[in-house]
Amino acid sequence: MKNQTITVDNVYIKSTFSSVGTKESEGPLSEFFDAKYSDDLLGQDSWEKAESTLIKNTVSGALTAAKMTSNDVDLLFAGDLLNQCTASSLGLKAFDIPFFGLYGACSTFVESMMLASLAISGGFANTAIAATSSHFCSSQKQYRFPLEYGEVRTPTSQWTVTGSGCAVLTREKTKLKINKITVGKIVDLGITDANNMGAAMAPSAADTIYAHLGGAKKDHDDYDCIITGDLATVGTELLIELMAQKNIDIRRKHLDCGSLIFDRSRQNVDAGGSGCGCIASVFSGFFAKKLLNKEITKVLLIGTGALMSPSSVLLGEPIAGISHAIEIEAVN
Amino acid sequence: MDVKAREKKYSKLVKKKSPSSELFKDMCRAFVVGGLICVVGQLLSFYIESFGLKKEDVSSITSSLLILIGALLTGLGWYDNIARYGKAGTLVPITGFANSIVSPAMEYKTEGYILGVGAKMFIIAGPVLVYGISASVIYGVVYYFMK
Amino acid sequence: MDFTMLFNAFWVGGLFCLLAQILIDKTRMTPARIMVSYVVAGVILTAIGVYEPLVKFAGCGATVPIIGFGYTLAKGVVKAIDESGLLGVLCGGVKGAACGISAAIFFGFVCSLLFKPKAKK
Repeated sequence: MKNQTITVDNVYIKSTFSSVGTKESEGPLSEFFDAKYSDDLLGQDSWEKAESTLIKNTVSGALTAAKMTSNDVDLLFAGDLLNQCTASSLGLKAFDIPFFGLYGACSTFVESMMLASLAISGGFANTAIAATSSHFCSSQKQYRFPLEYGEVRTPTSQWTVTGSGCAVLTREKTKLKINKITVGKIVDLGITDANNMGAAMAPSAADTIYAHLGGAKKDHDDYDCIITGDLATVGTELLIELMAQKNIDIRRKHLDCGSLIFDRSRQNVDAGGSGCGCIASVFSGFFAKKLLNKEITKVLLIGTGALMSPSSVLLGEPIAGISHAIEIEAVN
Repeated sequence: MDVKAREKKYSKLVKKKSPSSELFKDMCRAFVVGGLICVVGQLLSFYIESFGLKKEDVSSITSSLLILIGALLTGLGWYDNIARYGKAGTLVPITGFANSIVSPAMEYKTEGYILGVGAKMFIIAGPVLVYGISASVIYGVVYYFMK
Repeated sequence: MDFTMLFNAFWVGGLFCLLAQILIDKTRMTPARIMVSYVVAGVILTAIGVYEPLVKFAGCGATVPIIGFGYTLAKGVVKAIDESGLLGVLCGGVKGAACGISAAIFFGFVCSLLFKPKAKK
């Protein structure tokens, strides 16, 4: 089998920035987010424009935090969940930065960080930005039902996070270093229930973590946390079980952004959060700060995506999963 | 292990780890909420009947009023909250049909009044009309020749 | 007031909803499929003569659930055929249900003018 893990050199995270909507601001991680919006429309007249404003403000925030302007940035990697990357292309055009629009479902944040790392490590860029967003209302409209429709939710369904996260990656040395990346493969175990995305993504997460640990010739004890994007409760259980079948016990190390961002007991989110704004905002807001404070020193961040579209679901095609992993370390 | 066997094994695992719906609780809620909506309809029809209208007109007026109520609750943003509690109890009554037409009409307003409101209004309720009317035509043909 | 009728409306209507809930929880059927099945079932049950007695027995308990929409369509077809022959096959169903369909479409349009969807929590 091919080696999926690539070591990257001289890639550092200069700054991160996170923005979230109302429901996320009321969640357990509220204090860690950099920007909190009390109006989920962000003063716009449609959910799509609201989401594009969200990602725009997030990228601006990250640039300000890095004390940079868009002229200092060589490449911009971004994506979202809407048709043809609507939010990123609408929101980011004003920055005037060479742009790659990406789609990896909810794994897009890690995918964009990975590609930015490759570009810097390969010497093709000095500074690159990775950003993603998702919005509950725009996703609901695109993938499920109109907001006012009396939907009957099932207990395995997840709540799309209204949020966005951005990381500015540079060649210049900082306190956060990206060491290795593992590119995931598409893994399909025949899940067709669009309301059980955790189950669709867990096998690919297990596959990628296994590949990373094997490829990096490392034990998982090396990491303080193994962080997945949005497996939520069902997917987390499945991932731990799948890893146990490979004789790796990650129960003590594993954290899931979709489970952390909401309080399931009082926020009516069923299995937990999802969306590519989930891992983006939780990493940029929560884990990046923990790494900077040295509360944790080395993490494996795994973006988990369910590769489906409204038409693939209608065609009755199974929902495949994809997961990308990136190793981030706090250095002196 | 071949693909089919892996899929089968995984689907068993998923079934085991996925919480199932609380069927009994859901059933009770659906029963009570759905029943109550029918009671509202029945009360309305008693009231309309008292004006001495024809039986068919009473039933048409009752349905239209329930549709109006469903539409208003949807517009005010309450119907989905009731549905969160009442589950299928809000889906099956004719108020649910109204909800399924009104909610996309509101949602797609941002995409314009012709292709947004006009076309997308039927994304959920369209099939009900297609299959309901087709079934009635087929029944009509059968009835005509059997009569 | 006819309290027996009111009571019958409650439990018959409630039972139709309960059945749909079982279908959702047990078979993961989507709401659109359930509504379609109910309407077609309404037409068939009326055709075989089961539904009319139920309407007499439970009133709105039988007509308010979407299955009653099928009943209205089927009854409209029969009435139109009896009145105007073969043409009734095509115009009867919608004629019977015209009030409900127009009401839903028009109120939908009006609501889209008056209201905006709200962000959910």
